Amino acid sequence: MEPATSSHGLDELVACHDCDLLHRREPLERGERARCSRCNAFLYRRPKDMLHRTLAYTAASLVLFLVANAFPFMEFKIAGRTQVGHMITGAAELWGEGYAFLSFMVIFTSVIAPLFMILCLGYLTAPLIMGWRPPGMITVNRLIGHIQPWSMMEVYMLGVIVSVIKLGQMADIVLGPAAWAFAGLMFTLTAAIAIYDSGVIWERLDADAGKHHAAKRDRRLTGEATS
Amino acid sequence: MITAAAAGLYVCHDCGKLSRVADLPEHPDCPRCHAALHLRKPNSTTRAWALLLAAYVMYIPANLLPVSTIVYLGHGEPDTIFSGVKVLFQTGDVPVAALLFFASICVPMLKMVGLTWLLLTVRFRWMWRPKDRTVLYRLIEIVGRWSMLDIFVISILVALVQLQALATIHAGAGAVAFCAVVVLTIFAAASFDPRLMWDLLDEERP
Repeated sequence: MEPATSSHGLDELVACHDCDLLHRREPLERGERARCSRCNAFLYRRPKDMLHRTLAYTAASLVLFLVANAFPFMEFKIAGRTQVGHMITGAAELWGEGYAFLSFMVIFTSVIAPLFMILCLGYLTAPLIMGWRPPGMITVNRLIGHIQPWSMMEVYMLGVIVSVIKLGQMADIVLGPAAWAFAGLMFTLTAAIAIYDSGVIWERLDADAGKHHAAKRDRRLTGEATS
Repeated sequence: MITAAAAGLYVCHDCGKLSRVADLPEHPDCPRCHAALHLRKPNSTTRAWALLLAAYVMYIPANLLPVSTIVYLGHGEPDTIFSGVKVLFQTGDVPVAALLFFASICVPMLKMVGLTWLLLTVRFRWMWRPKDRTVLYRLIEIVGRWSMLDIFVISILVALVQLQALATIHAGAGAVAFCAVVVLTIFAAASFDPRLMWDLLDEERP
């Protein structure tokens, strides 16, 4: 990207989030990304079919999320006894032992934040595809950015693998349907989040605001003409 | 080469929209997304130092207290983070041990030392390699979440190994402190504003 000079309008400019350098916005090819010329930070991109692709992965994520939370996650077999664990059993046990903070962090990062991401992405993309603006679009678009770092499914999945290896020395471990669903969810939701681009939503809002202004101006002009 | 701040422009932290400082009131909100606008993250270094110091303090109990206790046939064996990794190395699970060593010992240490260093370079106005320091900052932000690995492992073990007299695993107070370190460093990294490193360079340039 070219550094900007002071003669450009605000809409033609973009600032780097990491080093604050101003750049002139340049049209991109579909799928291209613009990066900062000084510190190489990501500036903006032009994703292909952002809304449709995000919604497709989000819908798949919702189904997998429900399976992952409804069915047994793992079975632990030792000396003829079987212990079944669900997605929320860990957080529930920690709560029971009096570790409220740990329990909250585990359930928040592995269940609540991913669910929140799925619901927010679906809430934005589905109505926009059908051609109407969901209420609270601005708030939801902002919230997604704040919640996203706390959705840690990939770390949880690695935790599952480590646990299976650790417990494998002690006993037999059988992965339940939820574990496979969760593994799938990790991929679909990561894909949905990677494809989703808040910039597209902001541009949509700007375009709508522009139309709104134009309509108001037209009404005023025609109003003046008739009176 | 001109920065947004030098051009008198706010950059919205949430939506990236630029707005002129001169056009807006004293404590402005973004005209597009209504987030509070600032030229730099407010009290960036003070907040980052405070959270980072809290993380250092919590790091002590996180390593001294047991994170989990395995009670196997009546015998309890408390494990700290370090002893847990050591046992895994000894029993031959080298890849898992290396992974946990990286996630639970290297990552939190690197994060805290790295952030301390970044804050020191801003405090003492060192100009050394701003681009590499920005890369370090991004790395700290990306890699931080992986420290939650040990917490997740403990929660899964606690969930599955509840066979009363035979074998039981309990969480320990060390895990709470460790989780606090992870959360505090994530917030500390988010409070730090990497643009402060570049501001020094821009000030020096005539």
